[in-house]
Amino acid sequence: MHKIWIIIQREYLSRVIKKSFLVTTFLIPIAMVGITSTMMYMATRSEQRENIAVMDESGVFVDKLDTTSDAYTIKYIATSTESNDSILVKNDCDLLLHIYPFKHGTPDRFYLYKEGGVSLNTKQFISTQLDEIYRIKLMQEAGIDKSKIDSIDQSNIELTCYDIKNNQETHTEISTLVGYATGFLIYLVILIYGMGVMRGVSEEKTNRIAEVIISSVRPFQLMMGKIIGIALVGLTQFTLWLVLTGLLHVFLPLFIPGLGLHSSLPIDQSTLTQTTNPNSEMVSFLQTLFAQDWMLIGACFLFYFLGGYFIYAAMFAAIGSLVNEDPQEAQQMTFPVTMPIIVAFFIMMSATRDPNSGLAIFGSMFPLTSPIVMMARIPYGIPSWQIVLSMLLLILGFVILTWLSAKIYRTGILMYGKKPSWKEVFRWLRQG
Amino acid sequence: MLDIVSLKKYYATQRAVDDISFRVPKGAIFGLLGPNGAGKSSLLRMITGITMPDSGSILLDGEAFQLDKHSRDIGYMPEERGLYKRMKVEDQAMYLAQLKGLTRQEAATKLNAWFKKLEMDSWRNKKVEDLSKGMSQKLQFVITVLHEPKLLILDEPFSGLDPVNSAIIKEEIHALSARGTTIIFSTHRMEQVEEICKEIVLMNQGRLILEGDVMEVKKRFRQNKYHLEIDGELPEHPHLHCLRAGVYEAQFASQDEADEIIRYCLQNKIRISNYHEVLPSLHDIFIQWVEGKGGAVRSFENPIH
Repeated sequence: MHKIWIIIQREYLSRVIKKSFLVTTFLIPIAMVGITSTMMYMATRSEQRENIAVMDESGVFVDKLDTTSDAYTIKYIATSTESNDSILVKNDCDLLLHIYPFKHGTPDRFYLYKEGGVSLNTKQFISTQLDEIYRIKLMQEAGIDKSKIDSIDQSNIELTCYDIKNNQETHTEISTLVGYATGFLIYLVILIYGMGVMRGVSEEKTNRIAEVIISSVRPFQLMMGKIIGIALVGLTQFTLWLVLTGLLHVFLPLFIPGLGLHSSLPIDQSTLTQTTNPNSEMVSFLQTLFAQDWMLIGACFLFYFLGGYFIYAAMFAAIGSLVNEDPQEAQQMTFPVTMPIIVAFFIMMSATRDPNSGLAIFGSMFPLTSPIVMMARIPYGIPSWQIVLSMLLLILGFVILTWLSAKIYRTGILMYGKKPSWKEVFRWLRQG
Repeated sequence: MLDIVSLKKYYATQRAVDDISFRVPKGAIFGLLGPNGAGKSSLLRMITGITMPDSGSILLDGEAFQLDKHSRDIGYMPEERGLYKRMKVEDQAMYLAQLKGLTRQEAATKLNAWFKKLEMDSWRNKKVEDLSKGMSQKLQFVITVLHEPKLLILDEPFSGLDPVNSAIIKEEIHALSARGTTIIFSTHRMEQVEEICKEIVLMNQGRLILEGDVMEVKKRFRQNKYHLEIDGELPEHPHLHCLRAGVYEAQFASQDEADEIIRYCLQNKIRISNYHEVLPSLHDIFIQWVEGKGGAVRSFENPIH
């Protein structure tokens, strides 16, 4: 036990004091905050005003388009036979909306001209309004008066989702968000640190230091020492990322005011803007955000974070023990291990949308996919027996896979020269 | 000290170690000889506990070998030298010493002594990748002996060393032996063994073909070959071969015939300045043995004489 501890220490310290560790640990949160705040800033500030010339031959839409928008200026112009270019230049406009006369009372053609492409936002801005204006026109023609139409428009049915088990309101958006984010993080952790284990092992093999060390400790001790050491590196880095990102979010706005960082949660904008009272919606959103079972999510995240890492780390170690200097060889050999990780990622994506589908349930039980998939299901609230079973299966899977990997590892680490074939590797598994 | 009892290790394609038994006495410098691929490294890996034998036993001071218990008693320098390239010299030595079971304090004290002795003090903070090949060989040797093992196993310790460093290491090997360390010295360079070892075993194709005291082995294979230097000339003789004026090499059929030449010289007042028996080199013995048995060598590297 003492020797494993010495190995863990070396593996941990040799990585943590590296420049690259410090750089990634400090730069990533800064980059993340930088990117989100820049995006926020761009979204709120720098939208360029566009002038739209409207040439309405139908007369239906005149003076009805929204002129309150900050982003667009609407200018109605007389019908002209000049070329589109010259109309734009003459009216000092960026876009020309040309509405053709109605045919037999129904809309005919609508054209939006611009030099270069029309942005999606602009297209939506115009087309939703055209739709709306025409709809109102139709309703008025059907004999519904203006005030009634307004009151119809005011109506807004809000669907509140309720969890009768925990007796609280649920927010599907938040569950999806939390599930996706945690699942994605575990996916990253497995790939980044798993690859780290593989590189470490293959470095020891190609440096031939493995043989020296194995005359002092058992191969299993060396392997586990490395795996645990790198796990601690991962936890350290992760904690630092959390703390730094948190600190930056709190302190950066103090120095650079106006960086709407507090609203940087990637909430679907439409859920906020479509409601009549965005404030109360925001409040209930935050309420549910805090009402989430963070203790459960946090504990499960930690468990699946470590479980996911450990179940793959031993396999990555086994792969590392098989490869020689050739990096291309390593890529080929990692394929069988990276494959289930990628599959798990796709199951996770579908599980965020349908957490109780057969695929999602299977994915959250099968040890190779459960660390990534289960996190996507937990925020929706799932029966505790499923969590317990999934955890037990993960532990069992970890024990079996580590045991098998150790067999490959202890032979592979001493094999120099040619790359062993899979057939040979399976023979090592059968032996001893 | 070390008893190897009918040790076997078979791989899928070959019998790496095929029923080998021998004993290494305490304090000996013991040569393990054989061409490349004879099974020496496989044997050493079992003695150091890196791999497990298929059958047979390894006894250390009469006790069955166990890695956990005996790892501190053994120092192993593998043929394929290995160090962490990006680790500093001192950290590396400290780490490996602690894995052998030394405390930090013990390791530091011993390391200081060795670094001073072999003039390596200035390297402490260098990374291994910045050391020359000879320097890292020296470091590897220090790491191997740092924990003062009872049994020191050196696989091709001189490969890649320049003559100066070779001499230093050779001296240290003798010094350790004098202090009671048992040393197994494995090589395919048979002439090195003659200089250093007293006892040897010779392996080929996984089997032990010869063992014993170097001189005895040589005498066993003596061919009544003599080297003679005289002031004068000898008459023509079918077994006498004149190398140059006054220097002869003789291959006699028997000891009596050899004595006869000496008698002739004495009677004719021919001064003998040098006369000795030419014992075959271990290399010659090995070749002779292989030819005699009609055997094959897995891959043989001719040593430089």
